[in-house]
Amino acid sequence: MPIATASQTIGPFWGLIEYPEWADLLRFGATGETMTLTGRITDGDGLPVTDAAVEIWQAAPAASEIFPAYGRSGTDLHGEFRFRTLKPEPVPGLGNFQQAPHFAVTIFARGLLKALVTRAYFDGDAMNDNDPVLCLIEDPARRKTLLARHEGADVWRMDIRLQGADETVFLDV
Amino acid sequence: MSDPVPFRPHVAGTQPAYDTPTYGSTHKRHPTQRALRIPHTVTETTGPMFSPSHYPAMPDISRFEGHMAMGERIIVEGTITDEDGRPVPNTMVEIWQANAAGRYHHERDQHDAPLDAHFSGAGRVFTDGGGRYRFVTIKPGAYPWHNHANAWRPNHIHFSCFGPGFATRLITQMYFPGDPLLALDPIFNCVPDEGARERLVARFEIGLTQPDWALGYRFDVVLRGRGATPMESPGEHH
Repeated sequence: MPIATASQTIGPFWGLIEYPEWADLLRFGATGETMTLTGRITDGDGLPVTDAAVEIWQAAPAASEIFPAYGRSGTDLHGEFRFRTLKPEPVPGLGNFQQAPHFAVTIFARGLLKALVTRAYFDGDAMNDNDPVLCLIEDPARRKTLLARHEGADVWRMDIRLQGADETVFLDV
Repeated sequence: MSDPVPFRPHVAGTQPAYDTPTYGSTHKRHPTQRALRIPHTVTETTGPMFSPSHYPAMPDISRFEGHMAMGERIIVEGTITDEDGRPVPNTMVEIWQANAAGRYHHERDQHDAPLDAHFSGAGRVFTDGGGRYRFVTIKPGAYPWHNHANAWRPNHIHFSCFGPGFATRLITQMYFPGDPLLALDPIFNCVPDEGARERLVARFEIGLTQPDWALGYRFDVVLRGRGATPMESPGEHH
């Protein structure tokens, strides 16, 4: 049987496939409850990660000809990524469970030999308490690393720490 | 609604570790906590669909605005399948690479080698119904990096693949056969399993080679299969 190909780092020069418009998931004309997801990626020294590729995927609202449900954003000189999109809706979990609204978030960067995967949920969403993934994280401080906080208007921020005391919870998928 | 069929865990030893001391950039960027294993839901088993209407194909990057790039023109062809050997049709493949002199068309690349005005180094294609893809490009040059004393990256082409779900997303590098730098490269050698490393090396194929025009290389990519394999028990791989 064939075995899945090994991952290799995206390296420092992936900007050759960076298309800034991909960070705008509304560019094909999708309408609905719009929002911005932003955040800052820092390393084990607290320094900004300025060469990461961040990708998001949301299972709801469903992808369509006018809504890719997928985006890619580079990080800037401050380590910040930024997406414009539609606010995610609840999606089915396994069995009869419902998952709280969330984004799947994948990070590629120099120094990451394979992708880091996490999720961004919404701080204060009543469904979080029963979300099957959040409930797997026993430590409330660790769970909080997956909660984007409201920054006003339609902007939500989830900072990501690759390494250290307040390290983000990463997922083995 | 029944549960989605999950993708299989990776076979032990076939993927690199985040913490790879020989590759200096991992030092401050690898997580120290073990990743949390979660069951696959629709979030992981579904993924983006790309259409050439929104994402135009760029299958021949050996020329730009009618001018030929400098260097050795090559054809890179292959098949994208899953671990059950099933072709992955209509999936997007992105590539990017250094030019023939070993320089990326990127502001952060300060290597003292010439840029080529006719080579951007970025391409994009879609697999056909049988999972086949094909690019025409220029053989990339080796270049120095500062990971350790006298460090040089072997010739390589970066590949970005998607497949059917967000959990099949793969970024990898294709290498060239017979490259003496492979044995010295921490990034290539971060993959513990020798067979898995060797599968990152393209094969020269005279059958793909176009007479009087370009050498042909085959690079097949395998994305994760679905469901459990008979050999594995849950929780065996991390």
